[in-house]
Amino acid sequence: MSEIAPIVLNVNGAARHTTALGGDTLLTVIRDQLLLTGAKRGCNQGVCGACTVLVDGRPVRACLSLAGDCQDRRIETIEGLGDRPVMRALQQAFVAAAAFQCGFCTPGMLVAAFALLADSRLPSEADVRRALSGNLCRCTGYKKIVEAVLRAAHALADEAVA
Amino acid sequence: MTQSVVGVVGLAAPQLEAAEKVDGSARFIADLNRPGMLYGAVLQSPHAHARILSYDVSRALAIAGVRAVVTGDDVQTNWRMGAFIKDEHALAKGKVRYVGEAVAAIAADSEAVAREAAAAINVVYEELPAALSPHAALKPDAAVIHEELANYIKVFDTGSAGNLCSRTSFREGDIEQGWRDSDLIFEAHYLTQAQAHVSLEPCGALAEIDANGRITLWSANQSVFRVQANVCESLGLPMSRLRCLTPRIGAGFGNKMEPHVQPLAVLLAMKARRPVKLVLSREQDFEMVRARHPFDIRVKTGVKRDGTLVAREVEVLLDGGAFADDSPGVLGYALLMSCGPYRIPHAHCHGRLAYTNKMRFGAFRGFGVPQITFATETQLDEIADALAIDPIELRLKNLKRQGDRWLGGQPIASCGLNECIERVRTASGWNGGRHRAGSAGSRRALGMACSAHISGLLSTGAIIRLLEDGSVLLNTGAVDIGQGSNTVLSQLCAEALRVPLDRVSIASPDTDGSPYNWGTTASRVTYMTGISVLGAAAEVERKIKEHAAEILECSAQDLELVPGGFVAVKGIPHRRVGFAAVSGRAHWAAGGPIIGSHSWVFDQKTVDPKRASVVGLPFPQIGAFVFNAIVVDVEIDETTGKSRVERAWSACDVGRAINPQMVEGQIEGAFVQGLGFALFEEMVWNGPQIANPTLMDYKIPTFIEAPSELYAIIVESNDPGGPFGAKSVGEIGINGVAAAIANAVNAAVGVRLRRLPLTSERVLEAMLASEQK
Repeated sequence: MSEIAPIVLNVNGAARHTTALGGDTLLTVIRDQLLLTGAKRGCNQGVCGACTVLVDGRPVRACLSLAGDCQDRRIETIEGLGDRPVMRALQQAFVAAAAFQCGFCTPGMLVAAFALLADSRLPSEADVRRALSGNLCRCTGYKKIVEAVLRAAHALADEAVA
Repeated sequence: MTQSVVGVVGLAAPQLEAAEKVDGSARFIADLNRPGMLYGAVLQSPHAHARILSYDVSRALAIAGVRAVVTGDDVQTNWRMGAFIKDEHALAKGKVRYVGEAVAAIAADSEAVAREAAAAINVVYEELPAALSPHAALKPDAAVIHEELANYIKVFDTGSAGNLCSRTSFREGDIEQGWRDSDLIFEAHYLTQAQAHVSLEPCGALAEIDANGRITLWSANQSVFRVQANVCESLGLPMSRLRCLTPRIGAGFGNKMEPHVQPLAVLLAMKARRPVKLVLSREQDFEMVRARHPFDIRVKTGVKRDGTLVAREVEVLLDGGAFADDSPGVLGYALLMSCGPYRIPHAHCHGRLAYTNKMRFGAFRGFGVPQITFATETQLDEIADALAIDPIELRLKNLKRQGDRWLGGQPIASCGLNECIERVRTASGWNGGRHRAGSAGSRRALGMACSAHISGLLSTGAIIRLLEDGSVLLNTGAVDIGQGSNTVLSQLCAEALRVPLDRVSIASPDTDGSPYNWGTTASRVTYMTGISVLGAAAEVERKIKEHAAEILECSAQDLELVPGGFVAVKGIPHRRVGFAAVSGRAHWAAGGPIIGSHSWVFDQKTVDPKRASVVGLPFPQIGAFVFNAIVVDVEIDETTGKSRVERAWSACDVGRAINPQMVEGQIEGAFVQGLGFALFEEMVWNGPQIANPTLMDYKIPTFIEAPSELYAIIVESNDPGGPFGAKSVGEIGINGVAAAIANAVNAAVGVRLRRLPLTSERVLEAMLASEQK
C-alpha cells in the first residue's frame, strides 16, 4: 500500500487540506474527511451514479476518480450547488413532482441533471432519459424524475425570458 | 370518518423530508459517525456447506489498528433468531451453509484495515456435500442442512423434517368434484428466478455501548422492533438493554425487514467497547442479505366451456436458501393468493419450502404473489385463447366482488377491481384490438393481468401528545423507508385533529419511546398504523374537549374541533379556545399533559374452518384486500427477440389515496421493478456461487427501459374499516406486471414462455422454434 500523502482539493470553492493513500477515491476523501456525505456509495463501481459530483463542471463518478488526480481541479458537490439558480430550480421541481422516494440516489441525480441543464437549456424527454441513464433509481420508476427535470428546464427558460 | 374537513387527506403534500433529500443533508446509515468509532468488516464463507473445524485469528489481531475480532465462538449455540423458525445465528457457528455467509468480523480503526484483517483470518473447514436446489435438497440422501431442525423454536405448525423447512396446504370445496364438473382442464409448469432487491443503499449498522452496558443501534432497517428482536435473540440479550433507532433509509423492498449485519455490529461493539459501523459493499449486499424466491409452480385449472372457473390446483416448490427467514410466510401467502381475485369453488393450493445451501431468500415486494401471478394470470390467457373469449371478459366473468369471501373464507370488505379493469381497458383502447402497428421489423400487442394483495397484518400502535404550545407530536414506531409514511401518517393525524400539516411533527422510531410496530412491510403502514393514528387522535380530541368544556363552561358534547387548532361550541364558532390554552391548562392546572394512544392487532381470521381446511398456516390473521389491473403495450424486435414496454396502465384500488402523488409513485415504482423482473433481472448461480453480484453484471431498469408512457390510475373503493377509507399500495402494483408482459408477448409473437425472465434470447429461441413447427 502506498504512503499517506497530503492533498489539497478545491471543493465547493474552498481549498480543503486532506490526506490520501494513492488508491483513495475522491468519494472516500470527500465523504470520510470532508464529511460531505451528499454523494453516496451505491456500488463503488461507477454503475449506479449515486456518487456523481462535478469536476471542472463535468459530471464524474467520485467512486472511480482518484483523489490525487483531482488536485487543481474544481470539484462541486450537491452541498455546494444549492445557491446556483439551475440547482435551485431542479430542487424545487424535484420536490413539486415527488421525483424521489428514499432519496439515496437524489444528490447524484440532481448533479447529473444540473450538468445536463448547463449544456442544454431545453432538453427533450429523450435527452433527459439519455443524459440520466447512468443514474439508477429503484424507487420511482423514473417518470417523476423526468417530469421534474423538464419542469425545471421550463421554469428556467421562463425566467430567462422574463 | 371519511370526509376530509381540512383538506389534508387527499393532498399531494411533499415528503416531510423533502428539503434534506434534495440538498444532500439527509443522513443514511453510512453517513453517521460517532466519537471514537471503529469500522467493521466481514469474512465470508468460501464454501456452500462445510464444518468449521478451527479459527486462527492471530495474524488478524497482529495488524496495527485492529481492535476486535468475533467468530462463531462468541455466540452460544442456543442463541438463534428467525421470524418463523429460529434457525440462524448472528454469524456462522459450527457450520457454514452458503457461499458468502458471515464467518467472522473485525473492528478496526479504518475500513481498509478492517478488510485487510478480515482476509487475514484463517478458518479450517471440512467440506460437506451441498444441496443447491430444492429438488436436490428434498431427496432422501441429501446432505442435511440443519441437523437440529427438530429442536428449533417455530411459531406455527411448519411440518419441518430433513431439509423440508415448511409446508402449507389450503383446501376449499372438493377438488375431485371440481375436475369432474369441468369441461376443459389446463395444466402447466412455470419457473421464476431469483431477483435482487437492489435498494440503492447497501445494508449497514452502527452500534454503540454506553458506560452502563446499554446498547444503541442505528441501522438500515424496515422495523426497529424486528431489529431489536433479532439482535437480542441472536446475542442472548434482554430486549430492554438494546435501543434501536433509525436514520433515513435508502429503500428496502423487503431486504431490510429481517436482520443483516445488525447482530455483528453489536457483537463487535460489545467486544471492542467502542462504537462500530459496519456497512456492506454492493457485492456483499448481493451475496449476504436476501433475494426474491425462485418458484417452481404447477397450475391446473378446470373451466366450463362458457369460461366459468370451476377448479384450481396450485403446487409450488420454493428455494428457501440456508435459513428460513420470511420464507414460510412467503409460501403461505403466495398460496393464499393463488386463486387470484376470482370465484373458484374448488381449490387445492399446496406447497413446500426447502432449505438449500444458498443465500436465504425472503421478503421482496409482492411477497410471493408476483411469482404465483405470473403463472396463474398467464394460464388464464391460455384459457381465454382456447375458449375464444376476450381475456378481460374471462376475468370479469369470474371476478370476486365486494362481500365475497377470499380463499380461506375471509370476507372482502371493499373491492374496486371491476373499476380498475374498466379504467385500464378504456385508457389502453383495448376494445379496439390488442394488436398494434409496431415499428419496422417488430410486432406489438397489448397484454393484461389482475392481482390482489392485503393491507392488514400483525400489530401496531400510535401515541399522540399535545405539547405545551398546542403543537402535536405523533409517534408510531413505523419506519419510513422512503415511501413517505411519515408524511401520510402526519396527514392522517392533522386531518383528524383538524390542524394544518405543519402543526404535526413525527418522532423518529425508537424502541425506547415508540409504540410497537411490526414493520414497514406487507403494505401495512397506512392501513394498520393509520387506524392507530386515528384512534390516538380520537383520545386526544376527547381530552381536548373535556378541558375546553371547563374553559368555555359548556358540555363537552356541545364542542367540536374547528380547523386551525381550535375547539369551539357547535354552531357558535367564535366561542372557541385554542389548543395552546387547552394544553396549558392540562400541563399546569388540571388533568395532566394530554396524551392519546391506540394499539391493535389485525384480528380477522384468514381461515373459516367451516369453509376451508388449512395445514401449516403462517399468518392466521391477514386481510383488507387491495386490487390491481394492468394493461401493457409491448413491442418485440423480430430480429433480436427483445421486448420493450412502450406504454403501461396500472390501476390500483387503494381504498382511498391519502396522498395521491405518493400513491402514483408507488404504482410507477412497482411497475418498473416488475418490468425488470419480467424481462431481464436474474441472479445466476455458478455452482454454489452467485455469478453476478455486481451492478455491472446484474442489470436493473434504467431511464431507458422504463416506459415514458406509464400511467398510474388510482381507484378509490373507500374501505369501511380503513383510515379515511384507505387500504394499501406498496406492493399491489408489482404483482401482475410479469404476467401482463408475458401475455402481451404471446399476443404479439405467438409464443408462450413459462419461465422468467423473458430475455431476448428466450423469446427469440421460442419464436424460431414456433416457426419451425
